[in-house]
Formats: sequence, C-alpha cells, structure tokens
Amino acid sequence: MKFGVLIFPGSNCDHDAYWAIEQVLKQPVTFLWHESHELENCDAIIVPGGFAYGDYLRTGAIAKFSPVMQSVRKFADKGGLVLGICNGFQILCESGLLPGALMRNAGLKYVCKPVHVQVENADTPFTNANRTGDVLRIPIGHMEGNYFCDETTLQELRRDGRVVFRYSSPSGEITQEANPNGSLDNIAGICSPGRNVLGMMPHPERASEPSLGCTDGVKIFESMVRAGVSAGALAAK
Amino acid sequence: MSTATLAITPEVLRGHGLTAEEYARIKSLLGGREPTLTELGIFSVMWSEHCSYKSSRVHLKRLPTRSRRVLQGPGENAGIVDIGDGWACAFKIESHNHPSFIEPFQGATTGVGGILRDIFTMGARPVAVMDSLRFGPISAGVGRAPSPANSHREDIRRNHSILEGVVSGIASYGNCFGVPNLGGETKFEPCYSGNPLVNAFALGLVRKDQIFYGKAAGEGNPVIYVGAKTGRDGIHGATMASEEFSEESEAKRPNVQVGDPFLEKLLLEACLEAMQTGAIIGIQDMGAAGLTCSTCEMGARGHVGIEIEMDRVPQRETGMSAYEILLSESQERMLLVAQKGREQEVYRVFRKWGLDAVEVGKVISENRMRVLEHGKVVAEIPNTALTDDAPVYQRPLKRWEPPVPGGMPDHIKLGSKADFTDDLKRLLGSPNICSKRWIYQQYDSMVQTNTVEGPGAGDGGVIRIKGSQRGLSMALDGNSRWCYLDPKLGAMHAVAEAARNVACSGATSVGATNCLNFGNPEKPQIMWQFSQAIDGITKACEELEIPITGGNVSFYNETLGEAIYPTPVLGVVGILEDVGKATFPHFREPGHAVVLLRGSEPGDATDAEVEFGSSEYAKEILGELWGFPPALELEKEAALQKAIVELIEAGLIDSAHDCSEGGLAVALARASFAKSIGCSIELSANDLAPEFVLFGEDASRIVISCDPGNVARIKQVAQKHGIFADQLGETVPETIDIRLDGRMVISATVSELNDEHEGALERMLRSEPAVMAD
Repeated sequence: MKFGVLIFPGSNCDHDAYWAIEQVLKQPVTFLWHESHELENCDAIIVPGGFAYGDYLRTGAIAKFSPVMQSVRKFADKGGLVLGICNGFQILCESGLLPGALMRNAGLKYVCKPVHVQVENADTPFTNANRTGDVLRIPIGHMEGNYFCDETTLQELRRDGRVVFRYSSPSGEITQEANPNGSLDNIAGICSPGRNVLGMMPHPERASEPSLGCTDGVKIFESMVRAGVSAGALAAK
Repeated sequence: MSTATLAITPEVLRGHGLTAEEYARIKSLLGGREPTLTELGIFSVMWSEHCSYKSSRVHLKRLPTRSRRVLQGPGENAGIVDIGDGWACAFKIESHNHPSFIEPFQGATTGVGGILRDIFTMGARPVAVMDSLRFGPISAGVGRAPSPANSHREDIRRNHSILEGVVSGIASYGNCFGVPNLGGETKFEPCYSGNPLVNAFALGLVRKDQIFYGKAAGEGNPVIYVGAKTGRDGIHGATMASEEFSEESEAKRPNVQVGDPFLEKLLLEACLEAMQTGAIIGIQDMGAAGLTCSTCEMGARGHVGIEIEMDRVPQRETGMSAYEILLSESQERMLLVAQKGREQEVYRVFRKWGLDAVEVGKVISENRMRVLEHGKVVAEIPNTALTDDAPVYQRPLKRWEPPVPGGMPDHIKLGSKADFTDDLKRLLGSPNICSKRWIYQQYDSMVQTNTVEGPGAGDGGVIRIKGSQRGLSMALDGNSRWCYLDPKLGAMHAVAEAARNVACSGATSVGATNCLNFGNPEKPQIMWQFSQAIDGITKACEELEIPITGGNVSFYNETLGEAIYPTPVLGVVGILEDVGKATFPHFREPGHAVVLLRGSEPGDATDAEVEFGSSEYAKEILGELWGFPPALELEKEAALQKAIVELIEAGLIDSAHDCSEGGLAVALARASFAKSIGCSIELSANDLAPEFVLFGEDASRIVISCDPGNVARIKQVAQKHGIFADQLGETVPETIDIRLDGRMVISATVSELNDEHEGALERMLRSEPAVMAD
C-alpha cells in the first residue's frame, strides 16, 4: 500500500510521518509537493503537521488553495484514505473535507505533552486495529487544537459515529482535566461521513517506536494498511 | 571615492561606540585617509565588543580547543565534533540578552533564529535546541538578598512580563521552525531584574564529508544573497549589545530585529538542498553586523576579497543608504559564494522554496571588502583591518571580593528542627528548583521523532540519531551565585555539572560550548571575574578532557551601573554508544536499592558550614548568602563520570540523578516524581548538622537506583575508579521517608511533594498577573 506525505512550505512533521511509514510500517511512501496536482498513484495520503505557509493567517487558510489539496479533495471524494495530523487536521477542516474548526487553545498557549485519547469508534479505516474504548497515549503539540462546531454538526458527528477520538484520563474517563485545549466535547479526532478522511490533533508518528517512549500511534497506521488491503482485495474481486 | 556628507566629529564617534584611539587606528589601517561615514559604520560594528571580542580575546586563547574528535574549533559559525559512523555534530550557544530585555518576545525569537542559522550554514540540520535563561525574581523571596536589595512589586511584575515574552518568543520560533526543544535551565536572581539572560543553544547533524564553511574562494565567482529582504531593523544591534543599559534603553527598541521562523524554515530547506547541488563553495549567515560581517569574514577566511553592489541587495524599504543596508541586522538572510557558471542550479532551488536569491557581487583577488553604490565605491577596506587587525585589549584586572560574610552569620542556628518535610516542600517549590513545566510545555520537544529524553526529567536531553545505534546527550549548566562568590570555582562547577548530567544519561562528553555573560569589561573587577572564569573553565575542561569548540561572550550586562553576577553557562555534548541504554533520572520500580555515588569524602563541619552559605537552602529558607561554593576535586569528578558511564554500559543500574541544587533530599524527591516511586532512606549525620546532610550541595554526587543484586558489583566498579558507593536505602511505592541516625526527619507522600514542585512556577506567575508588554 503506497502512502503519500504532502509537503507544504512550513510542514515540519512531514519527515516524521515518512519515517514512520517507511521504517516502522515498512510500506512504500513518497513525498508530494504542494505545487503539484499529481498524487502519484498513492493509496493513502497523509497531511502532516507543521505550519503550512507559516500559518500567519488562520491555520490552513492558505494551504486549502494549494494545487495538491485540489487533488486530495478529488481523491477523498472518490473514497481515498486521507489522514490529517495536527496542522493536517486544521487544513482538512479549512478545506471543507471535515466539518468544524480548530480554534486557539483555551489556555492560549502552545501545549506539547503526551495525552490520552479514547477510541470512540473502532469501525473506521483508521482504528480497525483497536477496539472501541481503547485508551491510547499519544503526544500533542499545538497552539490551535480547540475543536469547535455548531450544535447540529455535533449531533450529526455523534449520531454517525464520526467522533473517533476523545481526550480522556488514562483509564478512559472523559473529564475536563483530560482536555488539554478546551476542545468541544473533548474531541481529539473526527472523520468524514464516508469515514475515509480522519483529522486528529495528537501525533501518532511521535508514538510509533519504543525508543520514543510509546508505540500506541502505530495502530492508526496499521489500521490504514489493513483497510487498504481489504479495499484492494474488494477491488480485485 | 564618494563620501557621505556628515563630518566625523567626536559626537559621531561616540555614537558609533568608537574611541579616539580606535579612530586613529582606523585611519592608519586605511593608509592615513579619513574613512567615509559608511566605512566608519562598518568599523563600528566589526570592532564592537560583540563582533571583535576585543576585551576577551586574550583570555579565550587559554581555553583548550582540541581533541581527536574536534573537526572545527572556535572561529567558524559553530564548532563541529566527529561522532562516528560518518556523522558529525555542529553545536554552539549564543546570547541574546540585550535585545531580550528591550523587547522580550522578538529578542528571544531572533536569538533562536540566529543560533539555528549558525548551525545550518555549516550544512548541518538542526536537531535540538535548549536554552539557559536568567530572570529577576518572580516572587517575593525571603530575607536579605544581595544588591539590588528587596525586589519591589513592580520589578516582579516586569520580570513576569519578560519571562512570558521570552518563553513565548522561543516557543514561537522553534515550534514553527520544527526543531525539538530539549529544555535547559531557568534560574532567578535579583541581579537579573534589569538584565535578563537569554542564551540559546542549538545542535545539528551533518555528514562528515559534507560540512560547509564561511569561506570565499575563486576570483570571479558570484556572491549570492539569499533569504529575506533587507530592512532598517537591527541597525547597530551589535553596537547596542556592547553598551550598558541606561534609562534611555527603551528608545533602542528599533535596534531589535524581528524574526520570521517560517522564512527561516524555508531558508533551512533551501540551503541544505542547494548544498547538495555541489555548486556552493562557501556560505555564511548574516547575523550580528549583517552583510558587513559576512562579506569581510568570508573574504578574510579565504584570503580573497568580496565586492558587492548595494543596488542589487533585495530591500524591503525604499531609500535605504549603503550605510543602512550594510549595518542592517534583518533576519533570515545568508550570503554564499557559488561556482561561476552553476548559478542557475542554486537559483532553481531557492525559487522552488519561494526565496530571493540574487547575485550581489563577486569574489576578487585583493584581500579587501569593496562596496559599490550606484556603481561607485563607497567603502573599501582591507578584510584584515576588520578582523585580525581589530583592536585587542589587555584590560586591567582587579581582584574582587563579594560583599558577603565569609562564614555563617551568628544569628543562624542549625540543627534545632526535628522535621524537615516543610523545608523540603519549600525548596521543591522555590523558583530555581521547581518544575519548569509551564515553560517547557510551550515548546515542541518531540518534533523530528528523535527525542529519547525530553525536558522535565533531568537537566539534560537525549536524542537518537536515525540510522545509527548512537545517541547524543546534552546539558546546559551554570550557577551564577557560585560564580559571584568565586568565579573560578563557580566556572569549574558549571563544566563539571553539565558533564555530570551528560554522564548520568550514560554518555561520554566530547565537546563543550560556552556562553560567557558578564558586566562591563572596562571595570577591572569585572575583567578579573571574566579572567577567573576562563581559568576555571580551562582547568575543568582539561581535567575532564572536554574541548571547547566555540561559544560567545556577552559583556556590558549592566543596568544603571549594576552588573549581573558573573554567569558563564556551559553546554556539554556527549555520545551514547548505544542509545537504547540511555538512563533516566527517575526511580523505575519499588524494592530497588538506592545508592549514592560520590567522588570525594564529605568535608568536615567547618567546610560544610562555609559552603552551605551558597546553597539554595541558604537562599530560600534562611534568606542569606555567605561563604564559598562547595569544593570540587576535578580528578574525583572525572573518576565519578567514568564510573557512571561504565555502570550504565554494563547495564547495572536503573536510574541516575545528579545531586545538585537543594542537595540530596531534593535529588531523592525529584527521582521519585515521574513514576510515583519513592524511597525509604537511612542517613548518618557524622557530626554534621542535619541541614548540611539533607540540603548541602557537595559536588560530585549521583543518586542511582539498581537491582539489589547489583550493589556488590557497583561497589567494585566504584572502588576501581577510586570513588565511593554507599547504599542509602531502597525504593518504595508512593512515599518518601528519610531517617537521620534513626530519627525520621522527612516523611511525605510523593504526590504531595510533587504538587509543590510541579505547579509552583504557574502559581507564582498567576499570583502576580503579568502586565502585557506593549
């Protein structure tokens, strides 16, 4: 299964995602430059973390106009797997691939630390290697991770099982203390109606090797590979 | 030759920070003629203390700078050390104190930006940064601190504001650039109220055969300007950093540059990619003294000259004079020399990253810098006049004694308390010892996915090297109160402690960089402090076999005539042969033995009393300062560090925590926090006051924990190295009990101690809301 990692000017977790896919997942992976429309036959796209175009305007506000994002939108519309991490999540929201917005953290400061998230729905291409209710320890590092959407959207997200991760205590309680950024309903990650696009604030690539102190993030990439394999198997039939 | 209209009067010279003698020297170096105003500006920045090291140079020569691993010592943009497997690491620490006082946020951002460029200009990708920060008090302390006396509410508010500005500046730049911040150290003393210190350290990795230097070569080769456009910001920044502060310093805010981390990130990627083309001959960043410095230094290093035309320099403002363009310290700019005929390869890369890359001049055979404006020469100066022939001063030295008592004041009675739990809590929550979580959580410490030990655990950080078994460990240290009492001994401690922190992770120290923050060098007692500190660093580095590969001197850290404590900060880098064996400071499981490794025998009661006056306990609990720093036996320190590395390599121990500020009790508590595993400890007083035993800051000590079955072997290794290993007790779940001669003196749960420690800084900042710096 071939992964593509987007590079915008200002992306800075692009190499980290690439490394995790290549060295930990042992899957083929390529970089995709922001000025190109070409997705090079990738089976899954990762929109990595960082500060695309400097994020001096609203996060993701410029990235959504990039040529590569036009192709990613078409790719997603056809059911292609797209994972947005941190700044990638912000870009996906700004591009309209996911609903809602990520506002400045409630504490107004950048926060970098390991957090716990509960898997709310294991029936997605990004969580099928987990069970619903699993608690993962994955680091965050962001200034704008405070998820917000209107009440109707929130109801829809809940009803359709599209809230994929919520900030929780290590034992899985959804509490205010466990919420690092003031996010609505402790939301840490959501997916699209077709479940093929996921945006999440925590960085799974930073929790993918024992030497980094945690490996809970690997499951997310593994889930994508599983989903890709079964989709491929279906297509072959 | 065209000349600027302004005549050179004594006022003009003063405005340029030049003396009459220096002006006479300028004229003689120019063959007797008067300099143009543009030339005067060039001399002014290049001969500033900041760029020329004119007061420090004679002393810096004493530092040891060589080893079989050193590929590049002082004199380049950064030092480089061979770390094996074809890899080398470039690292350096630099101060940005003056700008950070005037405009904390931008001062700090550009400090980080400048040190990062020093690293990647050598071809190395920055993989870690750390900072050493000093501020004035952020809470009302106890007792009588030395001058400036008791801090006022206003000072405290301003110190909060400076701290907040500096931290968010560092965060803003490093986070966007995408380099992990592994922590560092933050300390508070009244002397920094009017003069905070911001020392930024960066480290990068480069293949040994792909190092770039700031050296021009090849007559006719194009000189290319890349990166941000030049504006009027930061003109005379280097000169500003070479003066004391007065009440008018506010007016110097326009001298502070503004940082753009996004542009720097693009510049990083573009430079590293352009270097891969093979078309680049030499490259140097434009930092202090901007285009002037890169032009003459690159020429001087290559024994050639550079001719540049001002009209071609990308400018973001209209009507800039040659003087302004040459002296601007606009950030995120580089100057490079490319191979003639291969310019397009370079331009293509910079265009890809959306950056300006413009040919502004060429390499010439004469060893001089020539500046044209509209085709006419406005400055022509021999390179050496600006570099090697810059003034060097052997400034007078005068021995100085701090105005504090030599021994313990009579009113202090030790040993009367039965329980020290509250004292321990107060120390754990005191500004210098408390957790710096509020600071380091604002920094991205994990980007690049190499962070093995991030901030918060100990005083150092560890990263892995992708594609190699090895790892790198690094630490920053400096205890200025000790340097105030004895600059030589204090500086020795700075080296020893940074290296000890590196050793505690299992790494062998291979290089060091120093940031030397002092007052006005024209005052003989300040110069004496400086000279003493250099002697201390030299002695310690020689004994511990750690070469100094570069660094930075920051003088004139005075406001209204009041100097800071002498503050040498040492950054030490070490190699871990197997990063998988990196050892952490915290206890890992209950039922393990707690052992104290120590280089020397404890001193007698008289020594302990004199040394106790420099401890955090004396500062925070007693509110006093007296005596001297703890003694340091360097050969014992070296043996201790060798022993701990050997023990870690042999897999005999589980944790290692340096015993420093706050002494043994604080070290034991801090080792307990991460996993909520405490300890039960039995100590014997040996006729010393309990305060000395619990909170004394004797050097060369490390608290380790290990499987009880390994204690005998650990003792053998210690004995082989001629050091001591005493079992103090064992690890236990969730509580810390310390008995002294059988009597319980400290008893608490780990969580109640951790509460005091972890949130203290936040509480101090919240209790006195900072006023926004506008």
